[in-house]
Amino acid sequence: MSDLVIGVLALQGDVREHLVALAAAGAVARPVRRPEELAGVDGLVLPGGESTTISKLAVLFGLMEPLRARVRTGLPVYGTCAGMILLADKLLDPRSGQETVGGIDMIVRRNAFGRQNESFEAAVDVGGVGGGPVHGVFIRAPWVESVGAGAEVIAEHDGHIVAVRQGNALATAFHPELTGDHRVHGLFADMARGYRTAGSL
Amino acid sequence: MSSTLSENQAPETGTARVKRGMAEQLKGGVIMDVVTPEQAKIAEDAGAVAVMALERVPADIRKDGGVARMSDPDMIEGIIEAVSIPVMAKSRIGHFVEAQVLQSLGVDYIDESEVLTPADEVNHSDKWSFTTPFVCGATNLGEALRRIAEGAAMIRSKGEAGTGNVVEAVRHLRQIKNEIARLRGFDNHELYAAAKELRAPYELVKEVAGLGRLPVVLFSAGGVATPADAALMRQLGAEGVFVGSGIFKSGDPAKRAAAIVKATTFYDDPKIIADASRNLGEAMVGINCDTLPETERYANRGW
Repeated sequence: MSDLVIGVLALQGDVREHLVALAAAGAVARPVRRPEELAGVDGLVLPGGESTTISKLAVLFGLMEPLRARVRTGLPVYGTCAGMILLADKLLDPRSGQETVGGIDMIVRRNAFGRQNESFEAAVDVGGVGGGPVHGVFIRAPWVESVGAGAEVIAEHDGHIVAVRQGNALATAFHPELTGDHRVHGLFADMARGYRTAGSL
Repeated sequence: MSSTLSENQAPETGTARVKRGMAEQLKGGVIMDVVTPEQAKIAEDAGAVAVMALERVPADIRKDGGVARMSDPDMIEGIIEAVSIPVMAKSRIGHFVEAQVLQSLGVDYIDESEVLTPADEVNHSDKWSFTTPFVCGATNLGEALRRIAEGAAMIRSKGEAGTGNVVEAVRHLRQIKNEIARLRGFDNHELYAAAKELRAPYELVKEVAGLGRLPVVLFSAGGVATPADAALMRQLGAEGVFVGSGIFKSGDPAKRAAAIVKATTFYDDPKIIADASRNLGEAMVGINCDTLPETERYANRGW
């Protein structure tokens, strides 16, 4: 079977860290900035960054609609922090005109944990990730206010939802790509493998 | 940075990882100087990843002369209220009380900046003692590593702010890049001498030699006035771009700001940079750096 190819949306944000984490999880990782680069991937990571900037650039360079179309048809996607915001069907407090890709039936509150001075590290148990808690790095992080029936909460911190999975879409409010622990990326790579295998049957 | 957390441990704030990690989130983006909440909104709408709140842009600081200090807290808070993107603000070099004030206001990053008049001609602030992360300027690798040793979580070039002339930022980035490339070829024996020469801690020098880059994010700052300037800095290895006077001292700030954002993301695509460069109106006038007297060169500030 050919290599598992996972893209990282590379309009802005911590793209390099995700590329490294995905390679460690056994995927061929490549940056995606153009609609045609989206076509060849078996999965896509929406990285951490500024969600307003990423969403603006995605609209401006014609990526938003192709992204939505691929996510609708089941492309595995994983969003961290700003990426979680982009995967939310609804934002509690959007900037005027801020669009999301959607894909997970959840309402997300941006910067919910506070400003940079409140950014923190904490251990987080993540459903589906074995081997003990994940080292959670929360940077001006969002949390999930509520999820719909189709979405599964897989991690909480301090009573707030910080990781969600719905079908082939995964989102964490924290940044596993900043820790050197690639288990969450491993889980996502497995999701992408499953999707590719199902597609080739 | 390799500590592991136990489940029962209380969450930790102000760690090196969250400070440096914050800068990682800004990569590929443009950070814009703004002096009012209205400008901050224009910057956010144009796609800025953060704004730098200050009372006067560097071009005006140059024009007005006198002592340049931290901005009025009311003005900084007004900008924090106006936007949802991160807000940075400047303290004078070595003025750790200004930095304490900025931290208490809740700014997301402190720029210990040579654009303001230095408060201490020997010492920079001890940046480890703050929860708020710091960005500092550097003209070469040794200076960058000294700032990192003091706790800086992000480094930027020290291009001559307020000139609209990118020549100094280019010099600094090339210098840093070349010095890192040189370290890559050194063996362990030579790294000790290199550390002495760079006037930087051996551990950091060794880390850079191994990584082939700084252990923190490196941005360009100073003199960027056009989309092509921003793309040039990125092609020279800057992971993002600060733009100071270049936007709000130009004819059409909103349009120029959006154009610089596009060129920063597609820095390696001349067609997109060309499109972004069309009909932007007047760029800021600019100053030739070789006619600047030594006393007016900000890059000489900091030690």
